[in-house]
Amino acid sequence: MSAVPLLKVNDVSKFYGSRIGCRNVSFELWPGEVLAIVGESGSGKTTLLSCLSTRLMPSSGVVEYHMRDGQYRDLARMGEAERRFLMRTDWGFVHQNPADGLRMTVSAGANVGERLMAVGDRHYGNIRATATDWLRRVEIEEDRIDDQPRAFSGGMRQRLQIARNLVTSPRLVFMDEPTGGLDVSVQARLLDLVRGLVHDLGLSAIIVTHDLAVARLLSHRMMVMKDGLVIEQGLTDRVLDDPREPYTQLLVSSILQV
Amino acid sequence: MTDLATYNFAYLDEQTKRMIRRAILKAISIPGYQVPFASREMPMPYGWGTGGVQVTAAILGPDDVLKVIDQGADDTTNAVSIRAFFQKVANVAVTTKTREATIIQTRHRIPEETLTAGQTLVYQVPIPEPLRFLEPRETETRKMHALEEYGLMHVKLYEDIARNGHIATTYAYPVKVEGRYVMDPSPTPKFDNPKMHMSEALQLFGAGREKRIYAVPPYTEVVSLDFEDHPFEIQHFDKPCALCGAEHVYLDEVVLDDKGGRMFVCSDTDHCEDRREHGHAGHLLAQQEAAE
Amino acid sequence: MPTPLVVSEVAKSFTMHLRDGIRLPVVSGVSFSVKKGECVVLGGPSGVGKSSILKMLYGNYAVDAGQILIEHHGHLVDLAKAAPRSVLEVRRDTLGYVSQFLRVVPRVSALDVVAEPLLARGAAQDEAREKASELLAKLNLPRELWQLPPATFSGGEQQRVNIARGFITDHEILLLDEPTASLDAKNRRVVVEMIAAKKAEGVALLGIFHDEEVRDAVADRILDVSAFSPRKAAA
Repeated sequence: MSAVPLLKVNDVSKFYGSRIGCRNVSFELWPGEVLAIVGESGSGKTTLLSCLSTRLMPSSGVVEYHMRDGQYRDLARMGEAERRFLMRTDWGFVHQNPADGLRMTVSAGANVGERLMAVGDRHYGNIRATATDWLRRVEIEEDRIDDQPRAFSGGMRQRLQIARNLVTSPRLVFMDEPTGGLDVSVQARLLDLVRGLVHDLGLSAIIVTHDLAVARLLSHRMMVMKDGLVIEQGLTDRVLDDPREPYTQLLVSSILQV
Repeated sequence: MTDLATYNFAYLDEQTKRMIRRAILKAISIPGYQVPFASREMPMPYGWGTGGVQVTAAILGPDDVLKVIDQGADDTTNAVSIRAFFQKVANVAVTTKTREATIIQTRHRIPEETLTAGQTLVYQVPIPEPLRFLEPRETETRKMHALEEYGLMHVKLYEDIARNGHIATTYAYPVKVEGRYVMDPSPTPKFDNPKMHMSEALQLFGAGREKRIYAVPPYTEVVSLDFEDHPFEIQHFDKPCALCGAEHVYLDEVVLDDKGGRMFVCSDTDHCEDRREHGHAGHLLAQQEAAE
Repeated sequence: MPTPLVVSEVAKSFTMHLRDGIRLPVVSGVSFSVKKGECVVLGGPSGVGKSSILKMLYGNYAVDAGQILIEHHGHLVDLAKAAPRSVLEVRRDTLGYVSQFLRVVPRVSALDVVAEPLLARGAAQDEAREKASELLAKLNLPRELWQLPPATFSGGEQQRVNIARGFITDHEILLLDEPTASLDAKNRRVVVEMIAAKKAEGVALLGIFHDEEVRDAVADRILDVSAFSPRKAAA
């Protein structure tokens, strides 16, 4: 394990007028660590994810990222050009709805290759070879490379979105309900795939989910949110096996046993 | 009352011309950058060159000589009516000869004859935004230009190669201007792209419906985008022009009968006539003469 | 003799917020230690808190009070207070756990489930798989099952996968929660031999064994958990 955190979050709050999005959130994310943020709809987990990933500006508080050059940078003070560059090289963002993260009218190959072209790759053959390799890694048949995601199933689209994000070897990936809206069997396959990729690539990830089984399978650590506040956090096993807060106990006891 | 007295010189009022000239100056200062302007209603529908007409009206002086071409031809409806328009509202001299013109308004072609210093080429542009194909949001495309994020342009070319085995974009082929802005050269065939590079003439682009003006000043670098392993290439034609025998020019296909007969002739009608006047003859013309 | 595991004055209770916040004391004043090469077995009637102690030691249960000191890479870590990432690091390198039930991961083969802890520590894929094969063979898991995900295995088969996974690394402390519960006599003997081998290597073991025969075979010492149970104190 590396000696310094990848992301340092200090007292982040976001208000929508007088309504609270999230309040006073602080934590550190370490390299290779997967953090799950759980809570019901409206608990502020997606707001927090947006603040961390610079999709929203926090009302107060600081989010610092450990850049590849070894320096910490305050994300809110970063220029837009640099921030956007960071987002499409060193970061990934997997949306719940793949249509939000994919270009639905260009081929699977171009979807995967876009980030490479954005950072200046100008060799068609190389781009295509890399895209082919990534499709294989996310278990999409090679002969679908020229098909548009419109022709893909929900699970395939989600896997394509993951490939599109990982092609530049990012160090940090944000995921917003990555298995939401998928059939259970499709979910299992996706979870296993994500789990394998996170492990093989040594990724750090922040995953927002309301599904505790997803958190159990993918995350090392968990934060439970309610009404914009982090009410409990700790090792995933600990939070799920020995929930301490009333709301967490309610969440855990509400899981359906099969 | 005469007809002419009804209009200000070149149709537009002086305030509007001033506004457009300011936009043009800004466009020249930032080659390839799309400058918004308050496009006016013109007495012709959108798509008939309202952007080009406004640019021409703003730069036209009484001493100018105007040429108007549509797909290379001086005698098509659009070219004839725009030429007639300026004759009526500005009373300027008009010509079909490329080398005699000081201002050439064009739809979809650059004349074959190399333009020279002092000449201005005004393009009619339907969709000025080269990134629009893949990114429908104007806020986003503006940001992409501002931050020089042009990966998306190559996504389009990638799609071309993936689908056709080569870059199949044949017109409106994107270029990078002076190493900075990616620009849509309007729907001219990519055959004409190299003519934009380091041209001695001033090139102005007007999009009336989209309310944008952009420019390529003289002696400006204009590079067509491509891949290392799929370099930019212009169209090649198997045969010379059937009428004037010219090679290395852009040809139009003309269907001659309903039995599959066709010929390929210069798209630039002035260039073709000029060559024929100088005694050049293509195979079709030679056959006709032989028959006579 | 070095003592890699020291538990001192540990207390644990559950507060059941969904049942009007009643507090259920589990254990208190838990103090003991396990030496290298020693196998300590937790004894006492069921429900007395044996499993809870193992879960606290592995970090799955929070601790109300006291210390759990683990010797990790030459220094002491108090697992009762350690940050999640320290707990994970200790689990990866020092502290192993064989639970009663296998947590099944979809689509991962039995062989890879067993090899995973070695891979997590940076071993090469081939080496980890080879070692996993050895262990599965030793535990008599039919070879045709190795490439299948264990979700559909019988209880005994799953448990053997679980044991192999727990024993594959050279963790210096191993927690065993009824590893032999669903095994037949032949495989129980294999596990007893494997525990003996771990002891010989100097591993400190702490376990729960309901099977008397196994318990007698492996235990150096039995620790009666009833002594820490508040219910006994009340009685």
